[in-house]
Amino acid sequence: MIEGRSGPWETVIGLEVHAQVVSKAKLFSGAATDFGAEPNTQVSPVDAAFPGMLPVINRFCVEQAVKTGLGLDAEIKLESVFDRKNYFYPDLPPGYQISQYQQPVVGHGKVVLDMPDGTAREIGITRLHLEQDAGKSLHDQHPTQTYVDLNRAGVALMEIVSEPDLRSADEAAIYLRKLRSILRYLGTCDGNMEQGSLRCDCNVSVRRPGEPYGIRCEIKNLNSVRYVMQAIEFEARRQIDILEEGGTIEQQTRLFDAGRGITRPMRSKEEAHDYRYFPDPDLLPLMLDPEWVARLRAELPELPDAKKARFVSEHGLSPDDAAVLVADKETALFFERVAAGRDPKAAANWVTGDLFAVLNRRGVGIEQSPVSAEELGGLIDLIADGTISGRLAKEVFAEMVASGADPATIVEAKGLRQVTDSEAIEAVIDAVLAAQTDKVAEYRAGRDKLYGFFVGQIMRATQGKANPALVNDLLKKKLAG
Amino acid sequence: MSDSSLLALTLAEARDGLARKFFSAHELTLAYNEAVTEIEPLNAYITPTPEPALEMADAADQRLARGEALPLDGIPIAVKDLYCTKGVLTTAASHILDGFHPPYESTVTDRLWQSGAVMLGKTNLDEFAMGSSSTTSYYGPTENPWRRPDDNRPLVPGGSSGGSAAAVAARAALAATGTDTGGSIRQPASFCGIVGLKPTYGRCSRWGVVAYASSLDHPGPMTRTVRDAAILLRAMAGNDPRDSTSAPVPVPDFEAALTGDIRGVRVGIPKEYRADGMPSEIEGLWRQGAEWLRSAGAQPVEISLPMTKYALQAYYIIAPAEASSNLARYDGVRFGLRVEGNSLDEMYELTRAAGFGAEVCRRVMIGTYVLSAGYYDAYYLKAQRVRALIARDFAAAFESVDCLLTPTAPSAAFAIDENTEDPIAMYLNDLFTVPANLAGVPAISVPAGLSAGGLPLGLQITGRAFDEETVLRVAAVLESAAQFRHVPSFVAGGRA
Repeated sequence: MIEGRSGPWETVIGLEVHAQVVSKAKLFSGAATDFGAEPNTQVSPVDAAFPGMLPVINRFCVEQAVKTGLGLDAEIKLESVFDRKNYFYPDLPPGYQISQYQQPVVGHGKVVLDMPDGTAREIGITRLHLEQDAGKSLHDQHPTQTYVDLNRAGVALMEIVSEPDLRSADEAAIYLRKLRSILRYLGTCDGNMEQGSLRCDCNVSVRRPGEPYGIRCEIKNLNSVRYVMQAIEFEARRQIDILEEGGTIEQQTRLFDAGRGITRPMRSKEEAHDYRYFPDPDLLPLMLDPEWVARLRAELPELPDAKKARFVSEHGLSPDDAAVLVADKETALFFERVAAGRDPKAAANWVTGDLFAVLNRRGVGIEQSPVSAEELGGLIDLIADGTISGRLAKEVFAEMVASGADPATIVEAKGLRQVTDSEAIEAVIDAVLAAQTDKVAEYRAGRDKLYGFFVGQIMRATQGKANPALVNDLLKKKLAG
Repeated sequence: MSDSSLLALTLAEARDGLARKFFSAHELTLAYNEAVTEIEPLNAYITPTPEPALEMADAADQRLARGEALPLDGIPIAVKDLYCTKGVLTTAASHILDGFHPPYESTVTDRLWQSGAVMLGKTNLDEFAMGSSSTTSYYGPTENPWRRPDDNRPLVPGGSSGGSAAAVAARAALAATGTDTGGSIRQPASFCGIVGLKPTYGRCSRWGVVAYASSLDHPGPMTRTVRDAAILLRAMAGNDPRDSTSAPVPVPDFEAALTGDIRGVRVGIPKEYRADGMPSEIEGLWRQGAEWLRSAGAQPVEISLPMTKYALQAYYIIAPAEASSNLARYDGVRFGLRVEGNSLDEMYELTRAAGFGAEVCRRVMIGTYVLSAGYYDAYYLKAQRVRALIARDFAAAFESVDCLLTPTAPSAAFAIDENTEDPIAMYLNDLFTVPANLAGVPAISVPAGLSAGGLPLGLQITGRAFDEETVLRVAAVLESAAQFRHVPSFVAGGRA
């Protein structure tokens, strides 16, 4: 809810996410899809729309779309149709984009958001359809001419359209992150926004709470979660200001100016293209075998929601810890490898605590973690079997990060093995108490606070290697005299 | 053998002559290369390819000598210039494809060369196959080798595969490929006194054929006899994974279907094809055709195809709609003609205005209109519904009959300067041929007689989807009954 001068306003947001399908070949041609290749080196005559060239659907891309649909708990349409969306632009060689207009391959589904207050919120998915990406116009290669790179032309995209269920920029961000997480779990989109694998159009309108939807504006082609949030916030405020001045919202397509953090008009409804959609006569309707769909459903990997529930029920993690661990597929895998055969809570604490701190400091993902899951597990084992204390473990961990060595080696090399020999500890305690007879007397007279002082002296004498529990035990006995 | 007697052979005869070493592929191709030159006044070819033809012929001769002959070894054929041919100028008879040399070979022509056929050159057509007269070509009109005995005006060969039809009729190609979107193989075959077969949709791959209207475009053979059509179709046909609309069905030996036995075959005579104002001589020929088939043991039955009367209207919505989208790629950006402008839009406008002829512009505009918001339902969607009903008409008819007999066209060839003012009058040429395109069923035109004006007239046999065998068998019986032996006024090698 946004407070205006005349009262509260509600922002209504729907997102259209364009997710590039993970596939070696394009949607309708055999050309490759590698990112960053030399311009126009991944182009077949089909992509360049040479005369007489025909599209043939890439089965794997369909499989990826269906898997995504299943991951969004959506209805899979056994019959769908490819249409042509007609418009002229140099980076669109045939003069039309092959897309799915009236009969998409995936229908209604949902995404469940974990809200900051701990509640879950369900966002409706309207549809998911397959379509081709366009090429890229390069305006900076020549003073007066535009160059065209067709490497991306024909690459498969999934357009995932949400219901207008989102109510704030924060919610939109949570939705986008959750959607990206699901796509990565499925392996159907790498979710890389910087490389353009995930792009987003936002439909934004405002209304008084309880009233019908207002007129919306569409903000095109946002390529980071931050921009999505900024664009929504600006756009909602812009619309509220107009309405509070007594004006009306004009239905528009707008662009986000990242430099100034504002949206500005691109074209109005009157200038909107007439895309003249019609079924592509070069392609037959896409018919899916229900058994094939059932097989894909059965082979679906465990997705974040299910994984989170399992981490809570099976590993006894808190919902918050579980949510943090499952947000990223690689992190969840890492955690599971650390936790295998060990105390899951200890594993969760190490991963979300010390390890995340290191990763954040280095600005890297868990794939580039300086400590492997096995090494971290080894460290936890050393604590569990009493070889080192929890305090020493922090020191060993720091050394693991710095040197890349495994924990057992560090413990040996640095002589950090915990002293668990009670006679040896007793001897140290005796020595410390003998050197501090006056303090011992004070303690016995009632100065309880001195207990910590004795522990500190003992640990210093053993370079921290004495088993704290044993020290505690023996010291109490000795002081009790 | 003399050149003129070589040129008078049918494809089947030439095949057998080559096999028996009566003449070589080199000799045959040489004769045809000369014939191509001789008929230049007809403007049937846009691009003759005499040198590659001889190389292909020599390769065929070597295989023939080794006893490793391929099915079409040494057979010189012409290719409609709508088929992309690797490294050979491909124009679609349009200025906008100036200088376009495809880096690939169409599936159908590739199959022909793989079968040993020899390419004589690329033939003229209506621009982008849009027309029924072969007069809209950027390279000028093609003339029909036939003329009315009492009138020396040049006549159209029909269209859009008019160059192919004229070349085959004038003995400057043993056979040719055509494409048929609304009658573009059958109507010119009828006008030029040859055989033209539009196979079932999906029988011949469209890959590498410049698209006019994808759901209606059918590659097919144009030949002198029904047997030749059967032979050529077998080489052209077959499933192609590069064309999603290509049918995964086996290719039968069509020639083996020519048994001459049509006893008991039920031949539907659709009453709705008696068009208003159809010349009585065509109606007479139609009746005669039914009699010939009856005499051969078939059973003519009057049937009804009630939706036929809407076929032409539906066609002239669906075909331009698809064309308006298919032709969007000719934008001056990647190949062909470019006329520079001061802005992107201006370059598009100047390029397309200069590159497309009037008929293409007309159809692109009609197509754009019928797909536009607010008009789509009333035009395109309704036309598609009509199309479905027409297909249902055919399916219902084929429950009670095995094939249909109709005229191919409502008239004989007309003069090049006739029918040019009123596009609708021109569209009426497709009246009898368009329904088979909408339904995707096979249909063949067979020369059956001469008009009072001394010009060839064809009859059309239409059959069930993927039943070209019945179509060919009945057509062959019709052909032998008609005994069409007439020769055009202008043929290469002189009238024998």
